[in-house]
Amino acid sequence: MFYREAGDFKLSYVEDSQTFPIRFDRYRYFAVLAVAYGVIPFFVNDYWVNAILLPFLIYAIAAIGLNILVGYCGQVSLGTGGFMAVGAYACYKLMTAFPDVSMFIHVLLAGGVTALVCVLFGLPSLRIKGFYLAVATLAAQFFLVWLFNRVPWFYNYSASGQINAPERDVFGILVTGPNAPAWATYMFCLIFLTFCAVIARNLTRGTQGRTWMAIRDMDIAAEIIGVSPLKAKMTAFAVSGFFVGISGALFFSVYLGAVEVGEVFGINKSFLVLFMVIIGGLGSIFGSFAGAAFLVLLPVVLKVVGVDMLGWPTDIVAHFQLVIVGALIVTFLILEPHGLAQLWRVAKEKLRLWPFPH
Amino acid sequence: MSDQLIFAMEVTLNGLMAGVLYALVALGFVLIYKASGIFNYAQGVMALFAAMTLVGIMNGQVPFSHLINALFGGHTTHFGWTVPSLVAILMTIAVMVVLAWLVQVLVMKHLVGQEPIILFMATIGLAYFLEGVADLMWGSEIKTLDVGLPQGINLWIDETTLGIFGYGFFIDNLDIVATVIAALLVTGLVLFSQYTKQGRAMRAVADDHQAALSVGISLNFIWVLVWSVAGFVALVAGIMWGTKSGVQFSLSLIALKALPVLMLGGFTSIPGAIVGGLIIGVGEKLFEFLIGPMVGGATENWFAYVLALIFLVFRPQGLFGEKIIERV
Repeated sequence: MFYREAGDFKLSYVEDSQTFPIRFDRYRYFAVLAVAYGVIPFFVNDYWVNAILLPFLIYAIAAIGLNILVGYCGQVSLGTGGFMAVGAYACYKLMTAFPDVSMFIHVLLAGGVTALVCVLFGLPSLRIKGFYLAVATLAAQFFLVWLFNRVPWFYNYSASGQINAPERDVFGILVTGPNAPAWATYMFCLIFLTFCAVIARNLTRGTQGRTWMAIRDMDIAAEIIGVSPLKAKMTAFAVSGFFVGISGALFFSVYLGAVEVGEVFGINKSFLVLFMVIIGGLGSIFGSFAGAAFLVLLPVVLKVVGVDMLGWPTDIVAHFQLVIVGALIVTFLILEPHGLAQLWRVAKEKLRLWPFPH
Repeated sequence: MSDQLIFAMEVTLNGLMAGVLYALVALGFVLIYKASGIFNYAQGVMALFAAMTLVGIMNGQVPFSHLINALFGGHTTHFGWTVPSLVAILMTIAVMVVLAWLVQVLVMKHLVGQEPIILFMATIGLAYFLEGVADLMWGSEIKTLDVGLPQGINLWIDETTLGIFGYGFFIDNLDIVATVIAALLVTGLVLFSQYTKQGRAMRAVADDHQAALSVGISLNFIWVLVWSVAGFVALVAGIMWGTKSGVQFSLSLIALKALPVLMLGGFTSIPGAIVGGLIIGVGEKLFEFLIGPMVGGATENWFAYVLALIFLVFRPQGLFGEKIIERV
């Protein structure tokens, strides 16, 4: 009844090309932003922020980044963990080298460094395609993790080989280190997520996004109609690397605080983010959010139900978690290969006709 | 002869042996990829699952005992008998065939015609699922596997090389056995696919699904067959690796080691898997031996991938892969 184009007149080109053409969608978007910025920060506590909100926000950034590469440009990457590690270590080096500079700058620069590394490892994609490329990106994953483990310069010669985030602030408010207030870390990540999502949404709607999608759908045909594969693929790797780098930097500095690279940014991280993208929906920004939320919440819910409510031993619940995640992924792929985003799309189509479907 | 050279020769030999083991895992991938176009990430976990099942059956463990005990408060973990290894291996093969059938009926049947990346993701899901089930069934602690394969240093090689070079090479008996078994397995598979009716049907399906269907080959049956054969290869790989380093979670990571082997050899070629495995095995051992000390060691983690990556830039379909022809 409320969700339809009818009666929503566009009077200028700007209005006609806005992100959310349906009025209800626009209001919903602003309502979500208002709640996220205006309500949640006042009610959060440490548990909620650390167990659910921070991982969700940070993984959503990573998922958006990977979705641009896999979902929009069709270049499958299994190196996300390694690229997140680049972001984390770049951020660490910057934080320790320039303690007085604002964290915002550090995180953005870390994203920039990751974009460069990502482009470097993306170069073979011009020759290698499909699965061969997916496996080739594993080279990035293993090489980068090894590099950060073995070259002491990266972890400032610390004895443990770990990196620890020193306390840094933004406009006088701590956002890293153990003393940072929960709401501040939440807001810090939220601002980055909003920033990334808006950029990603607009990039994918415009010329750049269409170039990517042309390459994804059929690269030879795209080349013939004048799309440069070099430019398209490299920009996709760069933009994706930028987002993934930001998420890696936040994951290390704001969320964990201390990182041992092999454990945190291992191959499992790459798969986790890829799962988020696939379960959420390839080629959809909303899907990145949905996938991240789903896979962050699932273990928490399972733990609450299994350990706290049913009283099972933790190791059995951990094994069950593997079984359930695996089964869910397979079920999802069978029932809805286009992910949660497709469910959302279908729901919106239905809503458009409701309550008079004829 | 200089010491360095002799060491390098020993390292090369060891690398060849390791390469054979990689090739064993890669074989399973190639089989499934050829017949159904599915890149089966779960191959490594299948090896783990097979090895765990084998150990469990041999020791007479009660499946899911941990779970049953937690739910109903019992304490039974073992039936109290042990099964001879040959019988246990046969039983494990039966389990792998049932597993192949289940995978086909429950998962792959519903995903026919999907994009390759979706199929790939499904096998990753399958890998998680199997890993969880294996842990629930047999427990996640490290187990030792002993099916009576010879282990330890091969004295004959040790003494012969001592006589020739004045330095005894250390070659594990198990590696030699693995090489022999891998060679037998490959010969068997080639004979099977060339000279039997089912093998011919398998190759037909690999060539063209629709044409195979139209001459009356049951795709369902062939796929179950292929997954069963892959399960059998996984069992062999699981036995070899399990005997070498214990049956534990890291066993499933050998799948990751097999990936660069596949890339080098080409996803669609059985000889490619063998040659690729040998190149990777020798390459990474030699690199670790010669360059490793200069850059801080543990280069084995990434060398294979980087080698494969550089190689692919020059030959995108791998050594023996089918030429990729692109049409609009």
